[in-house]
Amino acid sequence: MTAKITGAVLLALLFCVPFAVQSEFWLSFWLLVLMYAFLGQAWNVLGGYGGQFSFGHALFFGIGAFGTAILQVRHGLNAYAAGAIAIALGAIVGCAVGLLVFRYRLRGAYFALVTLAFAEVARILISSFDYTGSGFGMLVPLARGAANFQFEDRRIFYVIAWTLVVIGALIAWWLENSRFGARLMAVRENEDAAQALGINLIRTKVFAITLSGAMAATVGVFYVQNFLFVDSHLAFGPAMSIEALLVSIIGGMGTMFGPLFGAVVLHALGEAAKQVTGNAPGLNLAFYGLLLILALRFLPNGITGLLSRRMARRSSERAHA
Amino acid sequence: MLEVRELSKRFGGIQAVNTASLDVYENEIVALLGPNGAGKTTLFAAIAGFVRPDSGNVRLAGRDITSLPPHVICARGLVRTFQIVQPFGALTVRENIAVGAHLHHASRRQALARAEDVAEKVGLGPRLNQPAATLTVAGRKRLELARALATDPKLLLLDEVMAGLNPMEVSEIVPVIQAIRGSGVTILLIEHVMQAVVSLAERAYVLNNGRIIASGTTAEIASDPQVIEAYLGHGAAARVQSRLEARHAP
Amino acid sequence: MVNFSLLLPAVLNGVTTGAIYALIALGLTLIYGVLHIINFAHGSLLMLALYAAFFLYTLAGIDPYVAVLILVPAFFVLGYGLQRFVIQPTSHGRDENILLVTLGLAIIIDNLALWLWTSTTRTIDTWYAFEVVDLGFAFIPLPKVIAFFGALAFAALLWALITFTDLGRAIRAVARERDGARLVGIRVEHVYAMTFGIGTAAVAAAACFLLPTFYVTPQVGYAFVLVAFTTVVLGGMGSFVGALSAGLLLGIVESLGGLYLGESLGQLGIFVIFILILLFRPMGLFGARA
Repeated sequence: MTAKITGAVLLALLFCVPFAVQSEFWLSFWLLVLMYAFLGQAWNVLGGYGGQFSFGHALFFGIGAFGTAILQVRHGLNAYAAGAIAIALGAIVGCAVGLLVFRYRLRGAYFALVTLAFAEVARILISSFDYTGSGFGMLVPLARGAANFQFEDRRIFYVIAWTLVVIGALIAWWLENSRFGARLMAVRENEDAAQALGINLIRTKVFAITLSGAMAATVGVFYVQNFLFVDSHLAFGPAMSIEALLVSIIGGMGTMFGPLFGAVVLHALGEAAKQVTGNAPGLNLAFYGLLLILALRFLPNGITGLLSRRMARRSSERAHA
Repeated sequence: MLEVRELSKRFGGIQAVNTASLDVYENEIVALLGPNGAGKTTLFAAIAGFVRPDSGNVRLAGRDITSLPPHVICARGLVRTFQIVQPFGALTVRENIAVGAHLHHASRRQALARAEDVAEKVGLGPRLNQPAATLTVAGRKRLELARALATDPKLLLLDEVMAGLNPMEVSEIVPVIQAIRGSGVTILLIEHVMQAVVSLAERAYVLNNGRIIASGTTAEIASDPQVIEAYLGHGAAARVQSRLEARHAP
Repeated sequence: MVNFSLLLPAVLNGVTTGAIYALIALGLTLIYGVLHIINFAHGSLLMLALYAAFFLYTLAGIDPYVAVLILVPAFFVLGYGLQRFVIQPTSHGRDENILLVTLGLAIIIDNLALWLWTSTTRTIDTWYAFEVVDLGFAFIPLPKVIAFFGALAFAALLWALITFTDLGRAIRAVARERDGARLVGIRVEHVYAMTFGIGTAAVAAAACFLLPTFYVTPQVGYAFVLVAFTTVVLGGMGSFVGALSAGLLLGIVESLGGLYLGESLGQLGIFVIFILILLFRPMGLFGARA
């Protein structure tokens, strides 16, 4: 419960950022944090609540990003239509991958590898054809205006990102209070027992990955509208996949605000580290790797677990007082 | 309620189940007995859809369920528990049971309420908010039972529910199972604890090396020489017989 | 379309690369077969070994084939230490955690390398780099021939180690029945660490054979991870013969893919095979049906 309250407070604070903060740098910083928080939540749906660890979530992010970029640049579609189609594409690909992969009840590690392979295949394909920008990536033409889903004022993007995070938290809440969520978590805990209680394993997992794919694609669409540029390495490369899983693990897998906590802590620490070590390429990701190992060693339930433990200890102290 | 006909299953070089046939009639409690490794759990797994039989068929309430997947069989009213308990560790006892309740209740609130009812029935009431992973063996067995019960089954397959329980725990659970039968459920149970078998089951089948070697009332089974040999070894029946005669000798 | 004068060298080229893939895969399949963990850091360790060999050559003038004698023991120790002091304590024994820990290690190693050595491509120029072996119907670069035989020799050594030594017996015991092995007095944690060490040493050897004809950048590790896994999965997790055959096969596939589809798309062949194998024959060519 403490974790949820902390999360809600954090969200409220984050809402104030665009009004309280003047610096362009910090606005962008928190915007990215929110973005990664929602991406992490997408991963969390499948990995944290569903127990299926994807190492290639960049696949869905990239589909959203390149989907909307290609539709706008090559086919002149309106930004909103392109975005909607790209998100649908993310869902469809999620569903397809799920149907393909979950048929055989592969061990967890195999699923992780397959998702990684899919992301790599996408990366190679995208970087090989001119239609998709080949090695240079794609630039979405500047056309400021609400009609084009591009805003002069960065703060509007910020509020949109914040809303996404709220939606993500609501989705998590739904998972924790619905039949589907109960079944998904049962599948995560024990597949045999879940089957014995009438749960259709494949249908449950496929639905989860479809939802997860749609959410991750949404982040991709948002990214492109905000930055107006995407390339294959950014969209489908390991960095995005690592972000997606890392924020959830550090913040607490299978929890409502885990991805948000993880995103805040990860990037705050990353930023602090940058101040100390300078903007050396690679060092901040190495730092992420270290945080991952430390989290696994000392915080197996993430930050959310830490908050809950403190609450439990305090209440037992009160009981013995 | 349940008809198993000529069911066989081979794993590599081992014939785990060999043309086994049995019947369980509505509202009975029937026991499936046999020494370790006889194939009882495999038979359960085959009946419940976890393992595809090589030959034979299974009918539930007259309808063929032989090659159906486990979750479909569960929806039809046949639920099994596991010999090695499989709790949903990170979920609370209430949430665990609710998963079973969700089979027939879409609403979260209803499922949770039903879970509380079932928990009371099996004696897990005080533990509703505990994470399942913190339960003792006895508690986990009850949870296993409660989860299955929450699905409103017609036929319950209980796999060694008593294993690992001390005599007091056994005597606590027996009335629970009787009450379950009293509410209209049919039960087929695998059990080693004879005290439980005798007080619960009217009839029993004995499985040895994959074959059904005896069937009948529990009293008939207990004195069947083939059964004694299956448990105690070759020649044991004769030894038991001569021992009994010696005791009754003038 | 089938131009033999191009095809044959491509196949031979693939076979020599494949031998190296096989050696890398052997280390990975050994680690999986015994510890049952998917070592995500395998590619990163290869990259590290490549850099080590590179610096030994450029700074100390030590030829890579000689460096094998230095790097194999060094990386054995590294592998032992990683398993014993990082992976084991962090994973608390859970499968998913082990995967994540090795991923974390891979991230750290890959990015430290990026920071320390930048992404400049490094290659070495040995005197034998452009020597070729004339087979009559094709020419093969000498370093590749050496790599081929070197990889096979190392694989044979590994096989001998596993089959004939006490350590090998202990490893096989732990692989088959961990708790039973513990009961007869085998120190399982030690065996785990030894196995990881051996797997890492294999990768170091592969790196030494690879460097003369290849290059090194920090991204190389990531690129090799999937190739290594494809090899292991194709061959069947835990199968020696499988890793060997799969390595050779994949080397050929990659070479032919590069020939017909061009450099970048050629890499696709391996990933596509990986996905197909996992979906349709996850036990691989030689693995046991799960």
